[in-house]
Amino acid sequence: MNLSDAIEIVGHSDPGMVRSHNEDSIANDARNGLAILADGMGGYNAGEVASGMATTVLMTELQSAIAQRAPFEYDADSGAEFRTHAARMLRDQIAKANHSIFSAAQSQPQYSGMGTTLVVAIFYDNKVSVAHIGDSRLYRQRGSEFVQVTRDHSLLQEQIDSGMLTAEEAKHSQNKNLVTRALGIDPTVEAEIHDYETRPDDIYLLCSDGLSDMVEDEEIGLTLETLGGNLNLAAQQLVQMANDNGGRDNVSVLLVRIRKEYPAARGLFGRFLGWFK
Amino acid sequence: MAKLILSMDGLVLKEITLTKERTTIGRKPHNDIQIDNLAVSGEHAVIVTILNDSFLEDLGSTNGTLVNGQPIKKHFLQPNDVIELGKYKLKYINEAPKAAAAADFEKTMVLRPGTMPRPAPAPVQTSAASASMATAANAATAATAATAATAAAPAQAPAPAAPARQGAIQLLSGANVGKELLLTKALTTLGKPGVQVAVITRRPQGYFITHVEGANFPVVNGKTLDAQAHPLNDHDVIEIAGTKMEFFYK
Repeated sequence: MNLSDAIEIVGHSDPGMVRSHNEDSIANDARNGLAILADGMGGYNAGEVASGMATTVLMTELQSAIAQRAPFEYDADSGAEFRTHAARMLRDQIAKANHSIFSAAQSQPQYSGMGTTLVVAIFYDNKVSVAHIGDSRLYRQRGSEFVQVTRDHSLLQEQIDSGMLTAEEAKHSQNKNLVTRALGIDPTVEAEIHDYETRPDDIYLLCSDGLSDMVEDEEIGLTLETLGGNLNLAAQQLVQMANDNGGRDNVSVLLVRIRKEYPAARGLFGRFLGWFK
Repeated sequence: MAKLILSMDGLVLKEITLTKERTTIGRKPHNDIQIDNLAVSGEHAVIVTILNDSFLEDLGSTNGTLVNGQPIKKHFLQPNDVIELGKYKLKYINEAPKAAAAADFEKTMVLRPGTMPRPAPAPVQTSAASASMATAANAATAATAATAATAAAPAQAPAPAAPARQGAIQLLSGANVGKELLLTKALTTLGKPGVQVAVITRRPQGYFITHVEGANFPVVNGKTLDAQAHPLNDHDVIEIAGTKMEFFYK
């Protein structure tokens, strides 16, 4: 099914004001409803390699998986967990990407220990399946409500969850940017995967911590609320705000706007019609 | 590396570096910081240090513990906080080592489960920080590098940068003629959605106007703008969706 009429995706990635390399990587495919963002880490330029591998492998594999089987179909094999095929696709392809990066890291000394954060979103059947690892985030703008959808896999978040720190105190912590999960650093990885309903006019933002660390959530929300009609301008504005505030890290954003509903074509006739879209 | 300066009546007694995960304070000799005074309880308080953050906790002492004059039970220590136990003062110092580690600030690093090593004893050189990234074998070094890297940073989340002068818009025509709008937010939209919309952004370098939507572009001082952001100067006259307004600095 071709979703490019229903979904608009714009992405920007910038090295920021301080770093010489951009170790973030973004990729998107509106036709298949895919958005992928990765923030790499590792010595030398290994971060760039890790994040690049993550987006390339995942984009290719997910496009191919979607061509073989529609994301909305229920996955009867998943047993107790009655999840859609989209969730399984994410799990399987993330495992593949993890394996690729981990193997590369093992084989080359300069890539040793490299890894990356990850946020992947598959839009299908008026829903979105989101998988994330680390502290890159997905936010949703719906009307005037701006919400962080993913919960960081980071030391700070664990401290907040256990009551050691309030969210306000966390802003003053000197232990920022320590993630507790990453893609490619271990033989296996567990991504956190959830499904959400989408509505027309929703705007989804995938971003690396280069944005969320430099710009307050409130200002990000304000930008999406005022400039949501022009995703390109909104993306540029977000990157500019991060840089104006210091730009101390690579900053990447992917903005996805739901223009209209995109129900999956079910049944034989539905699928037949789907070929003509 | 964080440290405490112990003093009484203005006289500096001792300097203590916070190397351990738990630094106990009290009158009894087993404490890491022993204060031999009756106003101080046997086990008075403890400072828990997690990499670069330190938390002070009162252990149910008789006379309590104050931070900057306020009694506390638990407190997330900020640089230059002054802790008081009886007549004794402990000043919490957490200076960022000046440096060249600026390039590594904000670098995301992996924290391995089960490894919470001590904070670095001294500012680590930049080369060490960038070379030893997270690997299973080097988890300790990695977290140490993380300490050095993150320690080079200011503590707070960056405040949104803003120009020194406050800008405003005064309407020169239309139903609300004479009305003034202060441009305090990072983004202020002007115009009519569906007809013509422009946005004024507030940046460190000043205010800028950018076209957002509509067939017509904003007109500034009689000239039609293009798609690029345009810097606004004091007393510029803007025309959007048929309404004229003046931008000025208060």
